[in-house]
Amino acid sequence: MFNPQLNAHGELQHLLSLDGLPREILTAILDTAAPFTEVAEREIKKLPILRGKSIFNLFFENSTRTRTTFEIAAKRLSADVINLNVATSSTNKGETLLDTVDNLCAMQADMFVVRHASSGAPYLIAEHLRATDRHDIHVINAGDGRHAHPTQGLLDMYTIRHYKQDFTKLVVAIVGDVLHSRVARSQIAALTTLGVPEVRVIGPKTLMPTGLDKLGVRVFHDMREGLRDVDVVMMLRLQNERMNGPLLPSGQEFFKVWGLTPDKLALARPDAIVMHPGPMNRGVEIDSTVADGAQAVILPQVTFGIAVRMAVMSMLGRG
Amino acid sequence: MLPLPDADTLLAALIDQMAPHVTEDTALVGIYTGGAWMAERLHEALDIRHPLGTIDVSFYRDDYGAKGLHPQLRRSDIPFDMEDRPVILVDDVLFTGRTTRAALNELFDYGRPARVDLAVLVDRGERQLPICPRFCAHTLAAPLGSGQRLQLKKADDGSLSLRLIDV
Repeated sequence: MFNPQLNAHGELQHLLSLDGLPREILTAILDTAAPFTEVAEREIKKLPILRGKSIFNLFFENSTRTRTTFEIAAKRLSADVINLNVATSSTNKGETLLDTVDNLCAMQADMFVVRHASSGAPYLIAEHLRATDRHDIHVINAGDGRHAHPTQGLLDMYTIRHYKQDFTKLVVAIVGDVLHSRVARSQIAALTTLGVPEVRVIGPKTLMPTGLDKLGVRVFHDMREGLRDVDVVMMLRLQNERMNGPLLPSGQEFFKVWGLTPDKLALARPDAIVMHPGPMNRGVEIDSTVADGAQAVILPQVTFGIAVRMAVMSMLGRG
Repeated sequence: MLPLPDADTLLAALIDQMAPHVTEDTALVGIYTGGAWMAERLHEALDIRHPLGTIDVSFYRDDYGAKGLHPQLRRSDIPFDMEDRPVILVDDVLFTGRTTRAALNELFDYGRPARVDLAVLVDRGERQLPICPRFCAHTLAAPLGSGQRLQLKKADDGSLSLRLIDV
């Protein structure tokens, strides 16, 4: 079957989604990321791998944090980074997505990092590049609609492997608004591919997509029941813009039932780690005591995120 | 093809060469993998005060684009202050000089060393860059040709030996 993410030699051509990537590729990305974590400790935090390459951050949806981590990763690899805040530029003047891409290709782009509110936008760009024979230009999906956020999923896997080593003995819980979460989809795909035997998804019925059981996960609508004896708790961000709508009561109400508090965390294994993709809503999905507690690995996730993005860019940009 | 020299004998000769030039300030940096194994031995035998450094130069190679990253990348580790320090770079086999060039670039990203010397077990010649070792235990009399790779191997019992591999 044709896989748009791999080239003819089975190597990574674009990173669009963790769904459909073989375990060897996922493991190779995590292995490549490991030595990059050390670069941050040097006096000169730069490697010459992508010297002379131009990477365009194409953010059709605002996200300062994700854009910044991609920018830092690219700069640590010595690439030239051009940030396009497309939300306020030519698409507003009526230019289509692919015309924007063609224009940037004419400026000798080597890689696009794409964030878009519509699911599938990075696929559209990758397919356009393939159809026009531009195989030396690569696309990284930095989050598309409700579909995928593969580098977030990868940095989560890196974090789990860092603290727990072996995926094949773990019980992992994903908690919160799964319905709107591209992060959750990427996490489920990666955890399953890497051999985690039990992935639990915990949240209110109104925030669960249908067909979750087909992904091979166990669904819980009782947080205490779902957290029992888990090794890893992955919290999801509750998006403020969804609050007070038909799906949800107030933030305080959500916190009461679905917020991660010390007493709920006590049901997990004593050495369980707590993760969050950020930005956190303290007092909505996570209690401050837990967020700042000894089991939280939320800030290491951010640091690992740079190394993982460096790994992906270095694997794509070697051509 | 002549039999390859014994690695332990060469190491002993290298230690004799280096000993008079090692000071309190000297630090050692081994290049993965063969150079790092050697550097461990040298570090102990020469009684070097600073902890041993190790580097993987893959990120700095000029053929990175063509070769890509090999999957067994190691973390570089420089556990001492590079600034103003005399450093001896250790590699098992010196060939084109491109690995040494990459290693020099990497070292300077940690600071400005006072001087850098190169210690190798075997110089197989055929240099493509202006690089010359200060300490060298053995020089091959005739070129091997690019189809053969000479490298240090480490057995399960920790013993080191030189091997010739067809590539």
